[in-house]
Amino acid sequence: MATRHDIAAPPAKEGGAAPARPPAAPTEAERRRRARLSRRWQRDLKWSPYGFISPFFLLFVAFGLFPLIYTAWASLHTVELTAPNDMQWAGLHNYTRIFDDEFFWNAARNTLTIGIISTVPQLAMAMGLAHILNYKLRASTFYRVIMLAPYATSIAAASLVFVLLFGRDYGMINWALHYVGVGKIDWQNDKWPSQIAVSTIIIWRWTGYNALIYLAAMQAIPTELYESAALDGASRWRQFVHVTLPQLRPTILFTCVVSTIGASQVFGEPLIFDANKGASGGAEHQFQTLGLYLYEQGWVNMHLGRASAIAWTMFLILIVIGIVNYVISRRLRASS
Amino acid sequence: MTTTLTTPVGSAPTESRRTRRSKARRAGGTLHAGPVAYAILILFSIGSLFPLVWTAIAASRNNNRLAQTPPPFWFGGNLFHNMNVAWNEANLGKAFINTTIVAGTSALTVVFLSTIAGFAFAKLRFKGRNILMLMVIGTMMVPPQLSVIPLYMMVAKLNWADQLQAVIFPSLVSAFGVFFMRQYLLQALPDELIEAARVDGASSWRVVWHIVFPAARPAMAVLGMLMFVQSWNDFLWPFLVLTQNGNPTVQVALAGLGRGYTPDQSLIMGGALLGTLPLLLVFAIFGKQIVGGIMQGAVKG
Repeated sequence: MATRHDIAAPPAKEGGAAPARPPAAPTEAERRRRARLSRRWQRDLKWSPYGFISPFFLLFVAFGLFPLIYTAWASLHTVELTAPNDMQWAGLHNYTRIFDDEFFWNAARNTLTIGIISTVPQLAMAMGLAHILNYKLRASTFYRVIMLAPYATSIAAASLVFVLLFGRDYGMINWALHYVGVGKIDWQNDKWPSQIAVSTIIIWRWTGYNALIYLAAMQAIPTELYESAALDGASRWRQFVHVTLPQLRPTILFTCVVSTIGASQVFGEPLIFDANKGASGGAEHQFQTLGLYLYEQGWVNMHLGRASAIAWTMFLILIVIGIVNYVISRRLRASS
Repeated sequence: MTTTLTTPVGSAPTESRRTRRSKARRAGGTLHAGPVAYAILILFSIGSLFPLVWTAIAASRNNNRLAQTPPPFWFGGNLFHNMNVAWNEANLGKAFINTTIVAGTSALTVVFLSTIAGFAFAKLRFKGRNILMLMVIGTMMVPPQLSVIPLYMMVAKLNWADQLQAVIFPSLVSAFGVFFMRQYLLQALPDELIEAARVDGASSWRVVWHIVFPAARPAMAVLGMLMFVQSWNDFLWPFLVLTQNGNPTVQVALAGLGRGYTPDQSLIMGGALLGTLPLLLVFAIFGKQIVGGIMQGAVKG
């Protein structure tokens, strides 16, 4: 690269970006030295940005982009876990195989319902919390840190605790519920209770985090908007609906996208929620998500090719969701 | 040079934060929190903390007590016994060392690489800048599950199964980190400073060392903490390549705790408590900074 630059570099370039103005009459040697310096200077200006970003992109290509594309390639092959580098061409067989599998569709449905049960209340509560945290509060930092404590708790630790809290016979939650006349709920083996329980872990971990994100966006709303709304006689509730919510629209969209991606990835919570059933997500696959299904196919049934096909299918679903999201947000923007 | 430069740069972000806060106060100024607001906050605080506190309560009992109704509400005397047994059974000692190595390496590297890349994207001009930045943002949206299978194949080929580098390498870059640092440096690093250094004949590396790093220090600290937390809690990938009895991280060790025919719940809680305590301590000390960092990253995001 250096030699090519020498050829390409124009001979007299010192005027452009020379560090200091040339004095009246430079000697020939001095002139040449400056030219060399300025060439180095130019090279530094031109190439250093690439130098700064290249470590990131090199690592990203090796551990992000390449695996992503290679997953697609692997999904067209039969690959066994025991010999992961021995690939047999299989065409679309892996895809037809999973589309014929009722457990794939079961997992897809579960992912969708767990996604909805966990995301909607989570974001709604986060919005309410953020609104309250935006009041003039005593010890406001204290509350914010507490709201974030679940975020510091790992999926594994949180899931282990909630397994106990949701215990059928001795769990705290059933014990509390019996006071309001609710009989023992089998949070592990019944379909909807188990999905609610798994979603609860997700909600618990992420509500405070999202509340902080909404709070940050609320604090960036210009005061004048509220003042003029108040002058027009708008109540607090109407201010919230007509000023806060529209101003937060990009942030809401952002959290929706992030939560959707997160929901499509749910893995650790259902895996640990019934540790002895593990990858099947409950005795009757009642809370098996796509993430678990992928793990079951790849690491329990040892079909890495099929697991790749699941991964790529999930990716395509996400892209479709992303496009729908984009279209909706554009519609909303156009209508306002 | 460094000292003279840090003063104006360091004060810039705090100043903007102060104005933002005062704005918020004016906005919320009319809205003093009433008793209802406090009641809701306290309710949510209890909801946030209760599972954590109860982890400690359950960890201080024994398995029999946890199989009775009503469940225990106060501490028993078994806490240290349970933590001790869990520590040995779940290989937690090794797990702690491993996780510290992994999370530390990952956080330091991500912060360093993100700062120089974020600086380039924020302040330098080069061909393809916008396209490359779009790529960075795009990769933030790609879920990690998509790459685990080829990564697993790589690990098998390199004979890295159950070795820490299998977990470390994929966690060395973060698109979020680049984005975060870029947004911070856009506002916290005045162009004039860079130009002044350039006039003095500083090379790009000197600019990075003497101007960018001092200016970015607060954001680097926050990003470092966020990455440390994320890496400490990372589950899927370590779970796939590490084993509990070989070279586990804390999360892998914890996941193994719940299995078994008659799991001892109080032991499991002891392990869960041990695995969570270090991060809770970090939050107790740096909570304010972490909260600020998340909110700062959010506004521009």
